[in-house]
Amino acid sequence: MSSELKIKMCGLDVKVSYGKKRALHGITLNILENKVTALIGPSGCGKSTFLRCLNRMNDTIEGALVTGKILLDEEDIYDSSVDVVELRARVGMVFQKPNPFPKSVYENVAYGPRIHGLAKSRVALNEIVEQSLVKAGLFSEVKDRLHDVGTSLSGGQQQRLCIARAIAVSPEVILMDEPCSALDPIATAKIEELIDDLRRNYTIAIVTHSMQQAARVSQFTAMFHLGNLVEVGTTDTIFTSPQERRTQDYITGRFG
Amino acid sequence: MNCFSKSYLKSLPRDIRLKQRYRAEKRFRAYGYTAIGIGVFFLTALLWSIFSQGYTAFWQTSITLPVKLDVAVIDPQNRRDKNPQILITANYPVLIRNALAEKLGIAIDDYIGLRELNHMISPSAGIKLRKMVLDNPQIIGSTQSLTVLAGADIDSAFKGKINLTVSEISRKISNRQIKWMYKLAAEGSLYKAFNTGLFIFASSSRPETSGLGVALIGSFYMILIVLMFSLPIGVATAIYLEEYARKNRFTDLIEININNLAAVPSIVFGLLGVSVFINFFGLPRSSSLVGGLVLTLMTLPIIIIATRSALRAVPISIRSAALGVGASKIQMVFQHVLPLAAPGILTGTVIGLTRALGETAPLLLIGMVAFIANYPRTLMDPATALPVQIYMWANESERAFIERTSGAIIVLLMFLAVINTIAVLLRRRFEQHR
Ligand SMILES: Nc1ncnc2c1ncn2[C@@H]1O[C@H](COP(=O)(O)OP(=O)(O)O)[C@@H](O)[C@H]1O
Ligand SMILES: [Mg+2]
Repeated sequence: MSSELKIKMCGLDVKVSYGKKRALHGITLNILENKVTALIGPSGCGKSTFLRCLNRMNDTIEGALVTGKILLDEEDIYDSSVDVVELRARVGMVFQKPNPFPKSVYENVAYGPRIHGLAKSRVALNEIVEQSLVKAGLFSEVKDRLHDVGTSLSGGQQQRLCIARAIAVSPEVILMDEPCSALDPIATAKIEELIDDLRRNYTIAIVTHSMQQAARVSQFTAMFHLGNLVEVGTTDTIFTSPQERRTQDYITGRFG
Repeated sequence: MNCFSKSYLKSLPRDIRLKQRYRAEKRFRAYGYTAIGIGVFFLTALLWSIFSQGYTAFWQTSITLPVKLDVAVIDPQNRRDKNPQILITANYPVLIRNALAEKLGIAIDDYIGLRELNHMISPSAGIKLRKMVLDNPQIIGSTQSLTVLAGADIDSAFKGKINLTVSEISRKISNRQIKWMYKLAAEGSLYKAFNTGLFIFASSSRPETSGLGVALIGSFYMILIVLMFSLPIGVATAIYLEEYARKNRFTDLIEININNLAAVPSIVFGLLGVSVFINFFGLPRSSSLVGGLVLTLMTLPIIIIATRSALRAVPISIRSAALGVGASKIQMVFQHVLPLAAPGILTGTVIGLTRALGETAPLLLIGMVAFIANYPRTLMDPATALPVQIYMWANESERAFIERTSGAIIVLLMFLAVINTIAVLLRRRFEQHR
């Protein structure tokens, strides 16, 4: 590929165990800047676990132990000098099930900027909220309902609200863990379109169970199996000429 | 052969026992109705017996009379300017009795009649008249309209609580008293008025002048103390245990002990209160402070347990959402988890508060069962509580105390109803934000 590719995040020999159980056995994987990297693989192979390492959400799970290095712009995010709160502002996350706060649409988006002190004034905050909703492709649908409860939106709207909430703190990387698995096909299509738009400004890592989705939205694909990274490459290569037997079997639906 | 074809399904030997299933369901429903029916029956019986006996306590028989403030009775030697004691010790009850005698046309030498008249008026009447005169000595010599309480037996008779058909010797009021009572009532001088005294009077040996004043203040103080201490301490403890403490043997032990505390009989807390607050810290016996602290100890485990389960019920997804946008743990807890847990915490608090409000046993142990004639001004002054007052009145033998006991129970139930209503309204407000 062209020479302008830059590594945004990078996992080096990442091992994770939950108590005595090993979930990841040394993963080394690059996430490239302004690209969408899809993580695929059968259930329980450690995709979510790896994703959670990237913004240290594993810290919140009792008994989870992470070793190895994870770099964000060449800085180890597990270093003691890194503040988790700041890290999570730089690496945002969208979850499998839409989980807006049970507050107004406005409050959902404004919460992050507020706790990170991103807006100096009410007007600036309004601006951030509006811009985030616009970027998440939701503004036109909710501009008259900014003060309705976020949970009153439809499932797809809720998920885009969650994306807007993540965008609002100006992250550099957005992690998405099966963001469409709870949505209907139309809502899914909207989110996929949105992911393609977001790529211009953000680096994205997305876990997905749908091969079509991986093929549609990602430029790079990483195949996981049983806590190992089987294969990684451009999405085209992985889907047309995978090197590994297991990848081919999985993509063609022979297991998973 | 296609195993889903109709004929195949039909040919399967099936025994799904439809009839038995429906019968079982019907039986179960019948059990349910029976249980509810029994419950409703006893509740109705209870409420009916309390209200039918107690509602009369909210009315009290009063007598309004023109009383002549005769100088010859109050200050025959005209020395009140030099000796203010005269006005205090003067024989006011006689003035009222005479006024009544005059109204009913009873001769001054009918000693038996006069004595019977005396029993028609509450002894509090003399005190009321004395206060009136002391406040304004100029009225001596004039005739003033005075409203006084009727005696307890007249009150009971007028409310129909005494059987007047039995022979005169076996009842507490005489034939003449009955006649006078109806005469006064016909003139409009004897009537039933709303019994404000029930709410403001302190303890008294006479039913018509005893009220819930001290008990209401005491209960109010104690509820405030319980709320002030047990809510913040309980919620803070629950947050620590649920959100911060590591799960290990030690926290398991704490958890087991808190659950056990909730099951400890309340009288044990009373003993604890005596030995810790009174004997060790030297706080005054019978005071609302000690009572409130004992009730706080009782309420704490309830609030802790309720808060913990409310916190646990907040979905993980909300926690992840907050942490995911970079909220710190304390921001997550206080800005997202706690608001969602608020209705549950509120319910627990109300259960704890209503239990504390109705608690008697531990208060008996710390000496709150006492004859207290003065309002408690501070938390350190001796006081009683509503349920304790009910307990004390229930032990009195006079007829008029029986209705007051039921009346006090009604007041206590009202108190509980008010607290519950406030809780429901607050809960609804919290839940609107979901
Ligand atoms: N919180 C957890 N506690 C214990 N084990 C976990 C936890 N989360 C995931 N695991 C285990 O780690 C392995 C990987 O899980 P996960 O990363 O969720 O897989 P995926 O997202 O690929 O389906 C699984 O075997 C799962 O059982
Ligand atoms: Mg997963």
